[in-house]
Amino acid sequence: MKKDYLLLLVVALAAFALPMILPGDYYVEVFLFMGINILVALGLSLLMGYAGQISLGHAGFYGMGAYISGALSAHLGWPVPLAALMALVATALVAGLIGWPTLRLKGHYLAMATLGLGIILYILFVQLRSITGGASGLAGIQPVHIGGFYLDTPRRYCYLVWALVILSFLFSINLVRSRTGLALRALHYSEVAASTLGIDVAKYKLQVFVFSCVLAALGGILYAHYITFISPETFGFMYSIKLVVMIVLGGMYSLWGALLGGAFLSLLPEFLHRLEDFEVMVNGLILLMILIFLPGGLVGLLQKIGEKIRGHS
Amino acid sequence: MVILDARNVKRSFGGVKALKGVDVTVQEGTITALIGPNGSGKTTLFNILSGILPMEEGEIIFMNQDIGKWPAHKRALLGMARTFQNLQIFQEMSVLENVMIGGFRHTSSGFMAGGLSLPKVRGEMKALEGKAIELLGELGLTSYAHVQAGELPFGLQRKVEIARALALEPKLLLLDEPAAGLTTKETSDLARFIHGLKERGITVFLVEHDMDLVMGISEWIIVLNFGQKIYEGTPLAVKRERTVIKAYLGERRAKG
Repeated sequence: MKKDYLLLLVVALAAFALPMILPGDYYVEVFLFMGINILVALGLSLLMGYAGQISLGHAGFYGMGAYISGALSAHLGWPVPLAALMALVATALVAGLIGWPTLRLKGHYLAMATLGLGIILYILFVQLRSITGGASGLAGIQPVHIGGFYLDTPRRYCYLVWALVILSFLFSINLVRSRTGLALRALHYSEVAASTLGIDVAKYKLQVFVFSCVLAALGGILYAHYITFISPETFGFMYSIKLVVMIVLGGMYSLWGALLGGAFLSLLPEFLHRLEDFEVMVNGLILLMILIFLPGGLVGLLQKIGEKIRGHS
Repeated sequence: MVILDARNVKRSFGGVKALKGVDVTVQEGTITALIGPNGSGKTTLFNILSGILPMEEGEIIFMNQDIGKWPAHKRALLGMARTFQNLQIFQEMSVLENVMIGGFRHTSSGFMAGGLSLPKVRGEMKALEGKAIELLGELGLTSYAHVQAGELPFGLQRKVEIARALALEPKLLLLDEPAAGLTTKETSDLARFIHGLKERGITVFLVEHDMDLVMGISEWIIVLNFGQKIYEGTPLAVKRERTVIKAYLGERRAKG
């Protein structure tokens, strides 16, 4: 539908305007990290919402992007674009190698396998001290610059992040509307039927898994070169879960769910941190309420409201 | 000319020998039926022919190619389509999308092309949609095009599956109990429809329990019992054949 492109245009305009309107660097930075979360969630939404393949290890690929690009930049002094490209290619290769046997598993088994994968990657981040700096972290990652122009303020970097978010959304919307998108949704509901229609199920699952991991790695790269210091906790199991919650909360069956869920979970802590010790509890309660009362997620809620408005006018 | 030739197909589940070396041949341009009591191995044979279940022994020649070890999707690409006894429609996709994806084999754009929305991709989708709309019209599903397929009543879901299989433009169409759960009126419509497929050059091979339907439309009937072919012949010959009657009705009725 044309609607998706229109919405994307609105999002792009908002992403262009917001960094200029927001009152201070702190808020711009919140918006920046929101963009990174949304980017990673988008990949997971394609994998889980469209192709129906669960991953509980996406934080590992997010970390892989961050560490490979970060280490090449910090230790070997590679220019950022080259380090980033290398990180994307390496993540794609690893995701392909791991995905090939793993994606043969279904349901709980795939969940377990990706869970284990995320944990293994986390252990590597901690243990490969000479490369990753171990538990104490990796410092000295280069910031992004174009010639002499450094993207080292939140505002400048925010534009880079959101430009990539918009481009990734554009690519994903196109993809969903192509024959590949049809094939992914078909194999979600019946792998058997899909295969008897000529769809190479294994191939399509692998492609979307690799793409989803590459988007996660891209998010990690953006994170690493902004913060310029990374440590393993950021890329642990909790982030994998947070990503899944983002897309379930936002609405699994729409790419926009990744946007809404990612935005919501990025902002929620900002409102709740005043509650101090109660934060975790209230956080959990809100998620629970949404899951119980809004099975279609935030996208579903908006659609319902839209229908109501149209119905009454 | 023979379009499908399966020889000595064997398959067991645990200790149960579901197929004990079955030979079936389907002539191009005909309607051939596979019948037999429950548990005789009909659906197992269909699953093996379409490639969603591996066989233990045997050979399958389809359009002069030895496809016995091919994965299901490659057989579909060669022109074999099927429907399922327990419907396998894509429930949360619209009826139109269900049928569009049936034409998958006539498209070829890749992942990157899709993401970049190259002109070729858009052309392909237009063509799939046009073809699907045509088929929906033919099967009387036009008004349901944008309904979620899973929300349709059973009889219409069957039609969606048939439309989806036809979108593949198959050379050979395997129908697994197409009349199960249909009303008498729906069944007679179905019979007419299947007969029409022959005129379009589609070879039909069907499993069916509704004997009126089978006898009415098939030119050749293959009878399975306990994983073995016990008889094959024209409808008239099958009706008279003692072994067939025995398999269906039991020993005493066959004699009497």
